[in-house]
Amino acid sequence: MKTLLKNCKIVNHDKITESGILIENETISGLTCDAEADKVIDCAGAYVLPGLIDMHVHMREPGQEYKEDIESASKAASAGGVTSACCMANTSPVIDNAAIMNHITARAREIGLIDIFPYGAVTKGMKGEELTEMGDMTKAGAAGFSDDGKTIMNAEVMRRALEYARQFGAFIASHAIDTNLQGAGSMNEGSVSAVTGLKGIPSESETTVIIRDILLARLTKSRVHICHVSAKESVELIRWGKNEGINVTAEAAPHHFTLTDECCEGYDTNYKMSPPLRTEKDVEAIIEGIKDGTLDCIATDHAPHQADEKFVEFDYAPVGIIGLQTFIPLTLRLIKSGKLSWTDFARAASYNPAKILGKSRLGCIAPGMQADITVIDPECEYVFDGKINMSKSSNSPFMGAVLKGRSVYTLKKGKIVFSL
Amino acid sequence: MSYEHKDFISSKCLTREEIGYILDQAKAFREINRREIKKVPTLRGRTIVNLFYEASTRTRTSFEIAGKRLGADVINISASSSSAVKGETLMDTVKNIEAMAADVVVIRHNCSGAVKFIADNVKAGIVNAGDGLNEHPTQSMLDLLTIEMAKGSLEGLTVTIIGDIAHSRVARSDIWAMKTCGMRVKVFGPPTMIPVAVDAFGVEVCRNMEEAVSDADVIIMLRIQRERMSKLLIPSEREYSAVFGLTPAVMEKAANNPIVMHPGPINRGVELSSVVADSGDSRILDQVENGVAVRMAVLTFIAVAKN
Repeated sequence: MKTLLKNCKIVNHDKITESGILIENETISGLTCDAEADKVIDCAGAYVLPGLIDMHVHMREPGQEYKEDIESASKAASAGGVTSACCMANTSPVIDNAAIMNHITARAREIGLIDIFPYGAVTKGMKGEELTEMGDMTKAGAAGFSDDGKTIMNAEVMRRALEYARQFGAFIASHAIDTNLQGAGSMNEGSVSAVTGLKGIPSESETTVIIRDILLARLTKSRVHICHVSAKESVELIRWGKNEGINVTAEAAPHHFTLTDECCEGYDTNYKMSPPLRTEKDVEAIIEGIKDGTLDCIATDHAPHQADEKFVEFDYAPVGIIGLQTFIPLTLRLIKSGKLSWTDFARAASYNPAKILGKSRLGCIAPGMQADITVIDPECEYVFDGKINMSKSSNSPFMGAVLKGRSVYTLKKGKIVFSL
Repeated sequence: MSYEHKDFISSKCLTREEIGYILDQAKAFREINRREIKKVPTLRGRTIVNLFYEASTRTRTSFEIAGKRLGADVINISASSSSAVKGETLMDTVKNIEAMAADVVVIRHNCSGAVKFIADNVKAGIVNAGDGLNEHPTQSMLDLLTIEMAKGSLEGLTVTIIGDIAHSRVARSDIWAMKTCGMRVKVFGPPTMIPVAVDAFGVEVCRNMEEAVSDADVIIMLRIQRERMSKLLIPSEREYSAVFGLTPAVMEKAANNPIVMHPGPINRGVELSSVVADSGDSRILDQVENGVAVRMAVLTFIAVAKN
């Protein structure tokens, strides 16, 4: 089977080239317009990126399939232009052993829309006490290890986890929020929390843990990946760590570079996130961090919750929003405003995640690479509604909004898994 | 000029005219409350439900008396006896009460924003009797009425609020309403009880008790809750009293003959010494009396606006 993508503006991490892409079976065989093919797709006007890799997705299976499952998450991902995703370990039961991990990767293969690289938990049951069998889970395909959703508050546990993971070349993804400083807070601590009477979470709850983990990565000569960076000072600390040569990578979520804590003024629970939405200066710093590479990747922190779970008092609402299908349109806003370039997008949404995950055949459009490709029409305008949303949940402040830009073709291993 | 909104949720969004109208109506009800026969038929045939998710005697009783004086049928529901203990959501509870044709639901809830959340999603008129740390708007109205009656007017007065500003819905509602009425507001308390972003309130933060009271026309003392110590806000009531308590010695430093107020219940000897609480400067019982009148005014507006 040969597929030819014609008239492509190919966006890689380092440059944009105009060419065709010839795909043979699962692999990109050449960059050319002149080739015979079984199927030809005209990509004129579109930007063609290596398939997006989302390092932070909550798929809710096993345990909370009423919110999302691997199948619905896979559909939402492919419709959102995401061809590979890392699912977080905070399921029920927790992904803390190879048996559960094997279940997930088997389900992903069965469904066949995207690759799923599961995170294994760092500690058994995500209790923050004893290490999991990281060797076993690495063999079973663990992307890395994370107790995301819960902070490893005991620095000794974090130190040993980083050390032990090094044996398997694995990294620890840190959900960096000091739970004591977070307290009963439900939004960013600042003027909006003061005025609304909502309890605040200072950005120091994040920065103090980030600097701890960066220093522990130095001590242990291991790799730490900082999840969902929300604060300006966090970006500065990560920049410092990288300058020191410490092995630290980091990600930012689209909601953290799109929205601020002012959105919480009306107590709309769709704006309740963890870490919380912060301020304009934080948004600017995050964008700057993505631009200069301090923040390696954009990851959605896709967090599905049912409508009735969110239709409660702000303090009682669960945190997070769905994000797989708003990944592209929200990032494109930064490109349209000139803050990021298309190559920045390809670097942060595909090239760097592939490198962090050690997937040498992903993250780049070039001969010999796996044919995971996202074809984006940046001008396509649509209402993000229940028909477009493929997730089982619809908790997003962008639900019902007019969005611009989306994937019109998503190819996984040469196969069209989504088309408009 | 009138108050024409479905709900009474927040002092922050009241105009000066609306506040004036509420205070004027309350003054009229205050006269009725001093008669031998205290009941009027204004809300006869209407149903008012007091739905309280937090323990409260004073505010709930005040609303209950206000509703009954207006001739309404008043039903009290507390969270411990409601379906909340069976896991019913707040919205379902209120929808059920609404289905029984309640005209006004008075809600106190421990979460900031919870009362607005209800008001935005039901047709019944909703009155906020305190939501989390956010607002307690009828308290601010009764405070303003008390001040106006003691000082003759509101504009230009200096009010000092002392205590746990960060965790006080009374402080927030008072600050919003007082700023709208052209008053100068100062706050004082342990730094653990002053919000990090206190600038958002547009108030002056005092450094000591003398600075707090020296030029105040009104001193509002906030209740110190005993559970605050476990939350690392103060080390002891003893030390709190010594540094932040209002005593006769502190009152001597006040040059403007200030009145003393407190939303109650007071902790004698902690934030407020008994001598000051029982002195001629104290307006604490006036506040309680005015509370009924203000709530009668608010209930009348909401029940009438609904039609």
